[in-house]
Amino acid sequence: MIIAEAAVAAIILIGAFFLLVGSLGLAKLPDLMRRLHAPTKATTLGIGSMLIASMLYFAIIEGKPSIHELLITLFLFLTAPVTAQMVAKAYILRTRQLHEVLPGTGRPVGWATLDAAQADACSETVQHTTID
Amino acid sequence: MIDVACLIATVTIAAASLLTLYRLARGPDVVDRILALDTLVINTIGLIVVVGLWFRSTMYFEAALLFAMVGFLTTVALCKYLLRGNVIE
Repeated sequence: MIIAEAAVAAIILIGAFFLLVGSLGLAKLPDLMRRLHAPTKATTLGIGSMLIASMLYFAIIEGKPSIHELLITLFLFLTAPVTAQMVAKAYILRTRQLHEVLPGTGRPVGWATLDAAQADACSETVQHTTID
Repeated sequence: MIDVACLIATVTIAAASLLTLYRLARGPDVVDRILALDTLVINTIGLIVVVGLWFRSTMYFEAALLFAMVGFLTTVALCKYLLRGNVIE
């Protein structure tokens, strides 16, 4: 039992350390694309460790296993890439000097973030309805 | 032992939230502020989980799940507004 308590305490401390590392990276790194890199560690390793610790605690020490932690982990791991992609797209759209640096797409349509109307017009998934 | 670990973790997460608040106030662009808000939500979820462990209660996990959902929706809605000038087209 004392070993389980020590393991839970150690995993809590590891999770708190990674949350601090994520926020430190957010505060210290120079531009947004590099800043975007740091909080993902906080999400996966920090929150993941905390939830593993609470799963271990309630399953081994209290003796009543719960699956809420798995739900939170699944939700966070599914939504973190979506969030990062949306933030990166907004940054690309709003930063003028990035537009010349971006390489071509190799297709007749340019970057969907920059020419949204053109990309919509050429998209295979958009159904065009004709108005008589 | 777990109580001491929870105390240290709470202090660490508070320091992390202060760093995030610095970026939220300082951030040169709106996108930096959105990213700082997202990180603040992540820190808060960690804090809620630690408090749930500290008080030995499983009731806090519903709060953490709701907070995760609201944070995700807020970030996506703000980015969508910046991208298209509209949230739901």
